[in-house]
Amino acid sequence: MENPYIPYPVRIDEIKTETEDKSLKTFKFVFLNPEDEEKFSYRAGQFAELSIPGIGEIPIGIASSPTEKGFVKFTIFKTGKVTSYLHSMKEGDIMGIRGPLGNWYPWETLEGKNVVIIGGGFAFTTLRSSIIYMLDPENRQKFKDIHVIYGARSPGMLLYKDELESWAARDDLNMHITVDSCDDPEWTHHTGFVPTVTEQEGPAGTEDTYAIVCGPPIMIKFTQPVLDKLGYSEDRIIMSLENRMKCGIGMCGRCNIGKEFVCKDGPVFTLQQLNQTPKEY
Amino acid sequence: MKVIRIDKNDWAEGIEKIRKTYSLIGPVKEKFYHIFANLGSGQMPDMEFTNSRISPKYIIYPQSEIILKCSMNAEEEDYKIYREPEDKEYKEKAVLGIRPCDADSLPVVMRNFDTDEYKDPYWLRAFETTTLVGLACDAPCPSCFCTSAGSGPYNHKNLDVMLIDNKDHYLAEIITEKGEKLAEAAGWQDKAEGIADEIAKRKSDAESKIESNVHTDNLAKQPLLDLYEATSIWEKAAFACINCGTCTYVCPTCWCFDIQDEVYGREGFRIRNWDSCMYPLFTLHASAHNPRGTKLARLRQRFMHKLKYYVDKYENGIQCTGCGRCVRLCPVNIDIRRICNMMNSYDPETCTCEATVS
Amino acid sequence: MKSYTDNIKEISKRLLKEDKVDMVIGYRTGSVPLMHQPFFAQNQEEVDEFVWDSNCGLNLANYITDRTERIGILATGCNSRNIAVHIVEGKIKREQLYIIGIPCKGMVDRHKLSAMADGDITSVEDENNGSITITGQNFSKTVDKAEVLQENCSVCVHRNPVIYDELAAEEVTEQKRDDVDPYARVKEIEALSPEEKWAHFDDLLSDCIRCYACRNACPLCYCPLCFVDESNPQWVGKSIDHTDVRTFHFLRAYHCAGRCTDCGACVRSCPVGINVRDFTKKLEKDCLELFDWEAGLNTEQRPPLDTYRPDDPEEFIK
Repeated sequence: MENPYIPYPVRIDEIKTETEDKSLKTFKFVFLNPEDEEKFSYRAGQFAELSIPGIGEIPIGIASSPTEKGFVKFTIFKTGKVTSYLHSMKEGDIMGIRGPLGNWYPWETLEGKNVVIIGGGFAFTTLRSSIIYMLDPENRQKFKDIHVIYGARSPGMLLYKDELESWAARDDLNMHITVDSCDDPEWTHHTGFVPTVTEQEGPAGTEDTYAIVCGPPIMIKFTQPVLDKLGYSEDRIIMSLENRMKCGIGMCGRCNIGKEFVCKDGPVFTLQQLNQTPKEY
Repeated sequence: MKVIRIDKNDWAEGIEKIRKTYSLIGPVKEKFYHIFANLGSGQMPDMEFTNSRISPKYIIYPQSEIILKCSMNAEEEDYKIYREPEDKEYKEKAVLGIRPCDADSLPVVMRNFDTDEYKDPYWLRAFETTTLVGLACDAPCPSCFCTSAGSGPYNHKNLDVMLIDNKDHYLAEIITEKGEKLAEAAGWQDKAEGIADEIAKRKSDAESKIESNVHTDNLAKQPLLDLYEATSIWEKAAFACINCGTCTYVCPTCWCFDIQDEVYGREGFRIRNWDSCMYPLFTLHASAHNPRGTKLARLRQRFMHKLKYYVDKYENGIQCTGCGRCVRLCPVNIDIRRICNMMNSYDPETCTCEATVS
Repeated sequence: MKSYTDNIKEISKRLLKEDKVDMVIGYRTGSVPLMHQPFFAQNQEEVDEFVWDSNCGLNLANYITDRTERIGILATGCNSRNIAVHIVEGKIKREQLYIIGIPCKGMVDRHKLSAMADGDITSVEDENNGSITITGQNFSKTVDKAEVLQENCSVCVHRNPVIYDELAAEEVTEQKRDDVDPYARVKEIEALSPEEKWAHFDDLLSDCIRCYACRNACPLCYCPLCFVDESNPQWVGKSIDHTDVRTFHFLRAYHCAGRCTDCGACVRSCPVGINVRDFTKKLEKDCLELFDWEAGLNTEQRPPLDTYRPDDPEEFIK
């Protein structure tokens, strides 16, 4: 019997501070046993439990893409007991990863379709995974137009800045970067909230167009009516939820929204599915 | 089905025999009430009991259980690498005197711990190594409603052996191979013939003593969000609720847990503890947002889980076997029979329901 | 003579009708014997569900914490003292409350009565003449109420409400501390050797399942985040490790010192029968002896352990 509670041991290979306020760091992990990397085979949109022995576990979306080999990456916001401890850890330290857990963005459905990725703040991690995945030379032709709308409070709060710029320079991706406000005269991207930029730049909702939305509750709240206006139907709006989790395998009972577990039946749901469940997220 | 007769004079001798291969657990009176406890050498189960105050779920699913262990000593090989504790034993054990309602809770809980995608090894190993020697119930409590909850005082479908107290002897139905093995080990071989009618009568007598009538026939048909939003069901009960964990901890079918890390000396432990949907902490995000931040939301979660989400998810009845413990022990008299009848009779058109207990 | 219940209904209906309050907090008949349910009424029909007898043992002050409505509330001696503590501690305003005082004759101990019964109790009759009749399937038994009172009630010296706007019945005669000796049990424990004390408390807590019914039934335990739930830093482990269980009970008791009115809600709500009062009553005794203090007798004075006086006789304070 496979024990779903045992984490794979990993070593912290690299730590990168992402934002100017130092609240977000990206951790690159390498598996101690190479065969564990094989077992940890994931799709973009899934998450894992990061395990720090003696401290606890924390569910975090996987920021690396399945097309990136030899490591896995997670971007972590310092907030509670485990993430604070994690932020104090050093390259070379040993910890654990349990997963991959949950479902993923519906890649089979999205093939041959236009994809609009809408993200805000630090909820951009599995969206990074998705973008890297779609831009992979093997995969890019599987999708039609790709739009990415990503916003943060200020330029210094944007994640993956180098990659954002390289994506913006490409011609097979429509990149719309925005910040809430900015007084830097050099700033060449948008200024304004994500819903507003979506309304201006987002493609119209058609039979063939899907939106993946991931961000803070306030962003989601105001983006929904915009997508509605652009003509997106509920089953073409895909969202990724967060709830307090412990087991990550649908057993401990806390992350449910109605009869669905965010950890196992989610975290990815369509708006249509969410409209049929209690709003307990 | 094979039925054997165990003379009460031979009972103790049989128990002594099975002690050699099984560790024994049975009802014991402690302070004011009965609990299921390990029976020490020579100790007999006290079969003159109604039921244990707290459900015996902890036999298979302990309140606190170490699930992983590692060294916190940098010199050692398993430094910060969690493994299953090597000293975890799953010795064959027999539970004597478990009531049918409590045995019937096990398949309910198993649906959570044994899924297509994941298996909980701790629960499953403990379950597989347990033989259940049940005791049919002739004097159900006034708060019991097992017959409305897919169980019954003579329900033997989840037992390995069911004992029926018949004055100077027990009639023992041997239900499974595990049961057969135990009866053999005990040397109980005396076949009882021609007692099927007698047992059927005892069963119907016992069933007729269940006073509470709980209606569940409509639960699956009720629209989920209508029940969720039915203030008339939740408001008054939520007012009284103090959000303690009593109902969930005494319940045989509540399975929710928390996982905690602790360090003792130079060893690290990952521990699984029972948790309760009644506690605000259960769902509190690190950001301080709480999706079930009100008393009402938490109380509703417990009943919606047992009587609607579970019903819809598994299509196998309600997540309750009618043991009545939460009814007897809730400090503020929140009565699942009443809530269930309200949910079952709720009319979304008029937003009304019937609040009856029996 | 009209019953307590009738008077309570009459007063409640009047308060709602005259729009003096938005709700009245009382009890309705429980679905099982010995267990009435805290209940709020907002209209005349709901008031008709009200009941009062010796099965109303939880503390209603627990239900007014941080509420914003105008509330009518039933209050016995101990309940009224907890309301006073709430007012002192800023958890409710006096002006919001219309206190219906209930001179209290004590609550019956459901654990004791269950132990006396020959089977399961199906109904309880409070005769209001000092006797209680319990009935079950094959038995009926009448007992002297004094013998089956909750222990805190049998030694209570504040049966009449200390603050109220109106009484629902005539005041009852108060018991005297010299006659009932509220601290008899505390003295027994005090007389034990340290080893025996340890053994006593160890045994007392051995059945605890950490359901927190004692804490949540207590009107004093209104902290938004209890120290046992704090995760950063985490003061207490969450398993049923004995040290963690003891830490919870010891610290909770100390947090209630000088504020506890011995209402007995903790003991009454405990599903495993732990006599939590073995802790709280000792601290109550200490507060009386050291500070001449009894909790909740007025709405002005702060409890001794959260205040100080410049003229304190102790050296360390200076």
